Formats: sequence, structure tokens, C-alpha cells
Amino acid sequence: MSIERLSTPLNAWHRSQGANMADFGGYDMPLWYPAGVKKEHLAVLESAGLFDTSHMACVMVSGPGAFALLQRCHTRDLLSLKTGRCVYGAVLNSKGHVIDDAIVYRLAETNFMVCVNAGMGAVVAEHLASNRLQLDVDIQDMTGKIGKIDIQGRQSARILAKILKSPESVFSAMPYFSFKGHFNSQNPLSTQVRLKDDTPVLLSRSGYTGEFGFELFLPEPALVSVWTQLLAAGEPERITPCGLGARDSLRTGAVLPLSHQDIGAWPFINHPWMFALPLVSDAKSFTKEFIGRDALMNLSAIEYTYAFVGKDLRKVGTGEDTQVIDNAGTVIGRVLSCATDMGITWHENKIVSIATPGLPENLVIKGLSCGYVKVDKSLEAGAPLILQEKKRQLPVIIVNDIRPDRTARKKLSDFI
Amino acid sequence: MKEINELNLPGTIRYTKDHEWARSEGAMVTIGIDDYAQDQLGEVVFVELPEVGAELSKGDQFGTVESVKAVSEMYMPVSGTVVEINSSLESSPELVNTSPYDTGWMVKITPADVSELDSLMDKTAYLAMLKG
Repeated sequence: MSIERLSTPLNAWHRSQGANMADFGGYDMPLWYPAGVKKEHLAVLESAGLFDTSHMACVMVSGPGAFALLQRCHTRDLLSLKTGRCVYGAVLNSKGHVIDDAIVYRLAETNFMVCVNAGMGAVVAEHLASNRLQLDVDIQDMTGKIGKIDIQGRQSARILAKILKSPESVFSAMPYFSFKGHFNSQNPLSTQVRLKDDTPVLLSRSGYTGEFGFELFLPEPALVSVWTQLLAAGEPERITPCGLGARDSLRTGAVLPLSHQDIGAWPFINHPWMFALPLVSDAKSFTKEFIGRDALMNLSAIEYTYAFVGKDLRKVGTGEDTQVIDNAGTVIGRVLSCATDMGITWHENKIVSIATPGLPENLVIKGLSCGYVKVDKSLEAGAPLILQEKKRQLPVIIVNDIRPDRTARKKLSDFI
Repeated sequence: MKEINELNLPGTIRYTKDHEWARSEGAMVTIGIDDYAQDQLGEVVFVELPEVGAELSKGDQFGTVESVKAVSEMYMPVSGTVVEINSSLESSPELVNTSPYDTGWMVKITPADVSELDSLMDKTAYLAMLKG
């Protein structure tokens, strides 16, 4: 039996460009275009990259009980989430395991959008529905109805401005993890952000690269037109279409997890993403009740997830064959992700990036391998490890951060 | 990814089932990976080669080639002693993609037994293997 892959409306465009296609979350998606992963990765660090992320899914949650339901089902304390802001966290089951990670957008007091991964719209909608209990909430899985494009990199706002109606007002007061507009032209919010051709857009100052940029949620039929408009508008800035390969290497260097790989069917705790849990300041208890909380408070076996960086760009596979070995020679765990961030290198015992100011001109930056390991003992930053795949050994060290001088959180006014 | 009929497979060299190639050049044999291998791997970012002087038998691993997608081991098509490695791959690993049979070669060896070359596939046999 053959299972047909799903595709986004840009599939024919990707194929016409000679993209190397592969299955991702059930969708036929581009891994890289002929320019190659390295050029695509560097384009985002130096100028701008364009990603088709329409394989991702959105679930609309609205009604008087919407807030209470999401408080119950998402790991962030949404009490502080203002209208027009969004927040990253995870949806857990009662064992504290990750069903998926999710960004919650507060569109209005009782109206939310939950953005999840490819193929997870129905799963998360079903999980929310089954935990609704007596709450009065409407849950709608929008899978296949919303197109999504990410534009990432320091030139993103300048390029976007060329196709936006009133870019000045759109870009005013738009901090990291805020959004404006709506993809449905019937929604009153949709007047906030329109393209020059009147396409309504929910424009979010977020992304998955660690770099300055935006995610655009659009009516699905507008996807191809907006994609080609952005490519044309960004030609002087040499905007580069990017596949999932560059998306993976950029997000790894930015210390962002890939759902179902770096976080998954194990307790969502003791990892580099502790900000996604509603921890009180002593980091020993939680500010709210949520599904998975009791399991996280009463773990039997504790495992730790850490970020690592290699000495050069060589990497290892992430399968069962690859072991994590500590300096006593003991196997302590496995590799979750391993990618090469092509924009960084070691310089004077520190990691620097092509965006780091004041580097010597003759410094050659080839990239460093990096990723995440899950181990059964607590480690400090700087701890050396060996990643062993069959006969191949890769020395790495545990780090708190990977690619320095990222732009995601910088002021928008720095980039227009 | 290329279709099989789009592959550049010279008729003057020999091929292995693991997609290395070997070319007899006077007293030496030059070894690399072929167009099929580089195309499957994608962008090559790192090549690990043996020391000059290494004595290796047919089938021994002589290096690794790492792409954005995967790390692959390379195996000796014939036995011999490494007399030269392609040091330009250190700074320009992409030569493996752009010129797999010319500037993207891996090692030159003096073969222990030059007749081992005859046990490798010619273009016709190799194409037949790729087509399955």
C-alpha cells in the first residue's frame, strides 16, 4: 500500500525550481533548492530567507471557556498573555509527555489561535475537545485552510514593507512575539494588516530561525501569489527561498527544539526550554494547574536534555547507533538532534558568528556541529562528551547557548 | 535528485557497489566517489581522508564524506598504498559535487595488485546495478 503525501499549494513551485523534496510530517516538502543548504542558511543570517511553512497547522479556540481550556492544556501561564501577543509552550498529556509544541496567539479576550506542527492540527484539536469538560468553547482545526510563509533575516521588514499597505502603521509597536491582523477578511482585526493587493494577513513577529523576521498566516488560495510577490520584492536584497534543511540548521543553532525529536514522548522538563514551563521563581513549583503538572512534579527517573557544540562542522547521525559517552567512558544517553550551523566557529575559546562584530578579516567560518543530547545525569556547561556513531567519535561540549548575536529579539526599528 | 539517465558516468573508469570509482593512471590508481553518490549525498561539507602512506586492503574504509544530509563511509575499490590525497578538498569540499571525477578526486594509490581493477564494474554493469 502506498500512502500519498500531502502537499502545500506551493508544491509545483518547489518542484519547478528543482528542489530536493522529502516527506516531513506527511507533507511533500523542499529540503533544499539548487542553491544548497549552506547558502540558504547564510542568506537568513546575512539578508533574508523565505520558507513555505504551510504544512503547519492552526487550531482556533474561542468562546467564554477558551482561556480556561488553554490554561489547562498549554504549559505557559496565559494570565499574562495580552491581546496581540503570542507565547511559545507545549501541550502535554497527563504523563507530562509532549503531544506537540504550540504557539498560542491571543486574538481577543476569548479568542485564541494555536499554531502547531505538520499533521498535528487534528490531534491537538481532539486533545483540547476531550479536555473541554463543562467549558463553553468552540474548537476549529484549520488544517489545509491557512497558508503560511515565514520571512526571516535582517532584511525581512524592508522587503515586506514593499508589498504591505501602510507598512509604517503595521510596524509601529511590534515587539518580538507580538502580531497584528487576521487571515480572514471578515474578521475586524484584518483591517490592521493588508497587502497592497488587499490580501488579509495575520502577521506575527516570530519565527523558527533565531533571527529577526515574521510569520505570515494567509488565506490558503493567496499563498502562491504572496510567495512570488515577496520573492520579486526581495530581489534587490537577494532574498533566498529556503528548504527544511536550512530551517533545521538555523533553529538548532538558535537553541530551538524540533517537536517529536528534541521534545516528545518523555517528560517535558530539565531541558534548555524551561522558560516554556510556568515555573515560579524558585524553579521548584508551578504557577498554575495544567495537564501533565503532577507527573512533572513526581518524576521517577530523571533525564536531562542539553545543547552541545562540536569542535568543527562534522556531525553524527541521531539514530539508535549513536551513543553519548561522558569523560569516564560511560554511556549516558543518546543524541536527539545534530546539525551544522554554517554561520559559526570557535574563536579565542568562544563561539562567534558571521554576525559577530569586530572579527579578524582572515577568520574562516565553516560552521560547527551542534544539537541536543538526552542523558541520565546532570551536567554543567563546558562538560566534554563523546558522541560515538559506530567507529566514528565526535568530541563535543555542553553549552548554554549556540549561535551568538542572533537578531530575533532586537528592535524592529533597527531593521527598517 | 538526478534520474539515472541524467548521471554522468564516464566509460573510462570502474565502479563499486558502494559508488566509489577507480581510474588507472600509469602506475597509480585514482579513487573518488561517483556522480550518483554525490547527488544522493547533497552538498558535501567535509571530507576525511587517510594519511599518505596508509596501506589499505580492498574493502577497507579509507575515509568519510559528510554532506548536509548524512555522513558516509568510503571503501577502497582495490588494495594499495596511499601516495597522495586531494588536499584541496579540505578548503573546497564542494569539488566532490561539482567535479567528482576531476578536481573532486579523493586519493591516489599504488595498487597492490592492478588486476583487482578488473573485478570492478564497468559503466554498463554499474548502470544495470543502479537500475536494479
